[in-house]
Amino acid sequence: MKNKSLVSINDFTPEEHIRILELASIFEKHPKQRILEEYVIATLFFEPSTRTRLSFESAATRLGAQVIGFSDAASSSVQKGESLRDTILTVSNYCDLIVMRHPKEGSARFASEVAKVPIVNAGDGANQHPTQTLLDMYSIRKTQGSLDKLNIAFVGDLKYGRTVHSLVMALCHYNTTFHLVSPPELKLPSAVKYHIKERNLTYYQYTDLLEVIPKVDILYMTRIQKERFSDPLDYEKVKMAYILKNCMLEGAKPNLKILHPLPRVNEIMTDVDDNPKAYYFTQALNGVYVRQAILAAILGVVD
Amino acid sequence: MEKEEPRKELKVSAIENGTVIDHIPSQNVFQVIKILNLSNYMNQLLIGTNLDSNKMGKKGIIKVSNKFFKSDEINKIALVAPSASLIIIKNFQVVEKGKVSIPDQIDKIVKCFNPNCITNTEDIPSIFTVIDKKELKLRCHYCEKITAKDNISFRE
Repeated sequence: MKNKSLVSINDFTPEEHIRILELASIFEKHPKQRILEEYVIATLFFEPSTRTRLSFESAATRLGAQVIGFSDAASSSVQKGESLRDTILTVSNYCDLIVMRHPKEGSARFASEVAKVPIVNAGDGANQHPTQTLLDMYSIRKTQGSLDKLNIAFVGDLKYGRTVHSLVMALCHYNTTFHLVSPPELKLPSAVKYHIKERNLTYYQYTDLLEVIPKVDILYMTRIQKERFSDPLDYEKVKMAYILKNCMLEGAKPNLKILHPLPRVNEIMTDVDDNPKAYYFTQALNGVYVRQAILAAILGVVD
Repeated sequence: MEKEEPRKELKVSAIENGTVIDHIPSQNVFQVIKILNLSNYMNQLLIGTNLDSNKMGKKGIIKVSNKFFKSDEINKIALVAPSASLIIIKNFQVVEKGKVSIPDQIDKIVKCFNPNCITNTEDIPSIFTVIDKKELKLRCHYCEKITAKDNISFRE
């Protein structure tokens, strides 16, 4: 993985995914290792994403790296009209690795072709967010002991949620049974279902959240955004149907864990937070270990 | 070498050496010229459009003197002229006949259908992988979104 850019989840092989997860579990045990003291990492956030940026900066800082960068395009030369190409070419002179978030899809791929240093994509528009996928995989593997043959439910906006698309694609390597819960307007796109079918895996589609809860090992919740509906009435009709309440978890399997990429708005009621099945805040913590693993592996300080 | 049949009258005169692109849908003749970058061509270039055709009703034809295209170059026109036939002329004689076929990769000419794709804001040549030649579906190398047949448009 040394010097390899991570733009799309498929840029790394399933073996490399597992290696990242193994490294992450080492960083979980020993998070403060100053193995990147010689390195400078740039975090270029062309659109704000506080959570992702802080997670990366925390990961880099815990490894002893120096972090430079900007947290939104308004405070960078982009505002003066500089092209992405010029920004990337310039910044790659100043650092050993670039973490970037950009509102345009394909921007990270383009940057990886221009830059002299590896690029880690921290989200390019609605396209890819591979480090989120890896931390989701880490959380699933850690709570279930393995990634194999799990029943995983995805709930909410399955049409536009990029974290859902990438995670479904990554899990297709592990004999997963998919349970897809969404309003009819927000079903998983056929291009993503195609990956499931290609591997001869099974998926079930539901509109009722309650029905799926007793069947699954992981409940992956996502937010349904109002702006996805052309008719606000349609949104009003579905918004209450995909809200998880603590009382709904009574019939759940003992090993069930609830994941959410965050930020949560109201799709998981706060009364779920104290349930031991709620895992979303630990999931965010796992993000730091996984990003430590990614930075260390790409910079070649671990094998 | 094929034997030429006696012609009655040629709507577009013959060329001595070069490539004839025949059976182009009339409405796409100028698109083909654009794709092949022939607008600034410095040699003889003969263009006919809305000509009568037994096969197509109306057709277009382009005769390009002293030009022999590489296959990946000429195959790009399959996007707008999948039925086009290619005839290589040497010394006024037909020396080779062929058809265009859709290439595996299409560079530069097609505009990504996704308005939020980086290729539509930054000055980047587009690159597409043809993932379905029958239905004509192109996947953008950058944003990974699919541009389907009905949404294909060309860059300025």
